[in-house]
Amino acid sequence: MRIVAVCGVGIGSSIILKKNAERALVELGLTATVDAISMAEVRRDSREANIILTTVDLAQLLDGIGPEIITIDHVIDKHEIKEKLAKALL
Amino acid sequence: MIAFGEGSLAVAVSAADREAAIRASGDLLVASGRVTADYIDQMIAAVEEFGPYIVIAPGIALAHARPSEAVLETGLSLAVLSEPIEFGSHNDPVRLVFGLAALDHEGHLEVLAALAERLTDQQFVNSLLNACTNDQLSALLASERAE
Repeated sequence: MRIVAVCGVGIGSSIILKKNAERALVELGLTATVDAISMAEVRRDSREANIILTTVDLAQLLDGIGPEIITIDHVIDKHEIKEKLAKALL
Repeated sequence: MIAFGEGSLAVAVSAADREAAIRASGDLLVASGRVTADYIDQMIAAVEEFGPYIVIAPGIALAHARPSEAVLETGLSLAVLSEPIEFGSHNDPVRLVFGLAALDHEGHLEVLAALAERLTDQQFVNSLLNACTNDQLSALLASERAE
């Protein structure tokens, strides 16, 4: 499974999302690759992703892109990410 | 790498609006030698292009642009605003504006993740908000690195 964490330019929120998602996946006993990428990259390269993790504001711009989108309200909130990944994957 | 360079922190910053708040964090990246002034315009262009997603948690923004020639060195800055500013986010209003400059997509990963982890601690956030001097801010953020 491939999860992509998306933010505008791929160096800020997406990096934090990636780290928190990786930790949550370990805690949930799941195996997946998590890549932090930018909005430009996700538009080019979303087909191979199973899940897109991103923020509410950016999710609106990705409407209809294909993979399931999980929106995160608080990027730094590990519990929110874990809860939402569990709901989507378990 | 020392994430917050000399001159990268400021308390009691007054900003009239979102652009001024981002500019303040960018000025601190310039002052600490991490970016050239062009980067500040790129930070503002990024938020205009993609919206207020840079507000990563209630009251906390992480202003940044993509790695470019304007980035001299990877680093962070922090402007603590004296008055909260609306960014147009569900996490408004914002008083902590971090600036981030990165040379590439991965080099700053650990530093940023550690900072994000620390920002989930409301007590830590409150102590940043209540810091009276730049030195106090520096001490708070330095204790983060020690952990």
